[in-house]
Amino acid sequence: MAGVTFEHVTNISAAGTGAVDDMDLEIEDGEFMVLVGPSGCGKSTALRMVAGLEDISEGVLRIGERVVNHVPPRDRDIAMVFQSYALYPHLSVYDNIAFGLKLKKLPKAEIDKRVQDAARVLGLEGYLDRKPRALSGGQRQRVAMGRAIVREPQAYLMDEPLSNLDAKLRVQMRAEIARLQDDLGVTTIYVTHDQVEAMTMGDRVAVMRKGELQQVAQPQELYDRPVNLFVGGFIGSPAMNVLEATLESEDGRLVAVAGSQRIELGDETLGARPALRAFEGRPVILGIRPEDLEDASLASEVGEGAHMRGKVLLREALGAEIMVHFTTDATAAVTDEVRELARDAGAEELADKAEREEGATLVGRFGARSRVREGDTMDVAVDTRALHFFDAETGLGIYDGDGAKGAGS
Amino acid sequence: MATAQPAALERPVTRRDPLAARILRAVGKAPVHLVLVFVGILWLVPTLGLLLTSLLAPEDFQDRGWWQLFSEPARLTFENYDAVLTNETITSSLWTTAVIAVGGTIIPIFVAALAGYAFAWLDFPGRDWLFILVIALLVVPLQMALIPMFEFYNSLGDIPLLGSLAGFDTVGSLILFHTAFGLPFAIFLLRNFFIGIPKDILESARIDGASEMRIFLRLILPLGLPAIASLAIFQFLWTWNDLLVALTFGRETQPITVAIFSQLRAFGANIELIAPATFVSLAIPLVVFFAFQRYFVQGLLAGSVK
Repeated sequence: MAGVTFEHVTNISAAGTGAVDDMDLEIEDGEFMVLVGPSGCGKSTALRMVAGLEDISEGVLRIGERVVNHVPPRDRDIAMVFQSYALYPHLSVYDNIAFGLKLKKLPKAEIDKRVQDAARVLGLEGYLDRKPRALSGGQRQRVAMGRAIVREPQAYLMDEPLSNLDAKLRVQMRAEIARLQDDLGVTTIYVTHDQVEAMTMGDRVAVMRKGELQQVAQPQELYDRPVNLFVGGFIGSPAMNVLEATLESEDGRLVAVAGSQRIELGDETLGARPALRAFEGRPVILGIRPEDLEDASLASEVGEGAHMRGKVLLREALGAEIMVHFTTDATAAVTDEVRELARDAGAEELADKAEREEGATLVGRFGARSRVREGDTMDVAVDTRALHFFDAETGLGIYDGDGAKGAGS
Repeated sequence: MATAQPAALERPVTRRDPLAARILRAVGKAPVHLVLVFVGILWLVPTLGLLLTSLLAPEDFQDRGWWQLFSEPARLTFENYDAVLTNETITSSLWTTAVIAVGGTIIPIFVAALAGYAFAWLDFPGRDWLFILVIALLVVPLQMALIPMFEFYNSLGDIPLLGSLAGFDTVGSLILFHTAFGLPFAIFLLRNFFIGIPKDILESARIDGASEMRIFLRLILPLGLPAIASLAIFQFLWTWNDLLVALTFGRETQPITVAIFSQLRAFGANIELIAPATFVSLAIPLVVFFAFQRYFVQGLLAGSVK
């Protein structure tokens, strides 16, 4: 086993989309690192460079201590799980799993033992004689996993291995892969565009955008302290609401003003983000996660200063909670980053619409007991401790004095 | 097929149309079927005639036609086949044909498979231009090369080893000629088939530790089997039935087509030799065809990706 290190790694061959620009990333031995980002952000290219399937134009890539820039894939001692599974259609499940071992010329007994072990772990014992076409999608996916496991490589590379499964199976396999990786303790690089997979599986998550790393951190850190608007909008579901706001001073306290909405910031917020003081009187982008909004009649502990008023457009009852879409007279922030996130979600026209319209539409995640209805005008309580602030010009998060936490910290 | 089953389950009885409707439909299509059957029979008559002629007793050749066998089945005999299969000229030329056809099939297809893989999946400078050149060679007619190649093979005759392997009037020269003219189409077809093999499979094999040669042998060849088999059938039939090339480059080296051709006399004088020999020559490609035709099955790639 070994870690994987990117030092100023650049790939320009994949012109346009998917290029990787000056990537610095250190993945520790045994770590589960998730690369996440919208399509075309270079995450797959980065993974394929580790596999040796994509050229490295500049920089140094190491697996363990070894520089592998010019090492062919077969000598890198890594295993990869493809999005399409890439099973060998003319070989049985057994032969598919044993393929790499046979090439390594291991003794027959050893091959058999490893294949049987992997089949047991993955629940494929009954299917070893079958051809891939006689398997379901989930089984094929597990054969692909098995093929990687038996190799006992330096590192696993996984390129969206779950995206072809249906939703229920995906959740199950997500847990299974995370558990398997924990047991085996092998360095894993996992590429996905699904932020839920990224949050639940990764020891650390690297968010990429247009070939550049945005932030590398533990999942909770990404969620709590996104380095910029892009990371803030990408992590979390439903996505963070973003509003144009200005910071005003009132009796020595800071108030975020968005349209007629005035949200007073408590000491705790300012304590965590001292740099906010410097933005007094200037435009900022205010980020509010849906889960930090609550029906005011259900939220008793929130002070009077942290309310918004809005008109309910849509109420989606999910049983345990209610998603409430409501409009306010604040203005939605539409930046390049917001647009890119919308485009990735296939809803770019919604961003255009938000730009044209007067009021911003927000989503709140209310308790199941909320009685709000479509058409109601209601008070929404805002948890000010969890508000996010971004520089309106640079999109960087506003935290300490320097305004941003660097990537990789 | 998969969609037919649930539909059948939903309405098991009503799917069957009433008898009258089915009869009406059969009658409606009858003219088409009759024409097709008639054309088929018409096509088979010469072959059937040849077969029956070859079964006539030698003394009957002068005064009977093959159609008279229907009234006198007892006169059928395999004597002619005995004669043909013990005839030194015929058996040796059959053997020559087999060597030429097998060599002229396996060699070009193996070379074309290697080239097709390279053109499809390996990056090398000038790849696309070379491939265009290969396609351009498709339009060169074989007849154009006969005289130059005749002179070339003749000139090889003076060189000690090469002359006896591939000079004029050798099996080697015929195999080489068939290889050269079989290659462009074979490369073109196999390259286009190989490029349809999912890239992920090849990349996965590379990561699994396979060299290019092993990928070719373990993945490309088995996955390309449908294309290779159909190509093999065409190439085999072509080389087996070739007369022109063999007539040009062979004198002592006589494949069966040339041997039969040289036995032709006026008024079918030695039909007792030609009919069975022709039928033997015709039967072998048929056997080859039916042996390989199951590889025409498509969908071998099903289940590999997604």
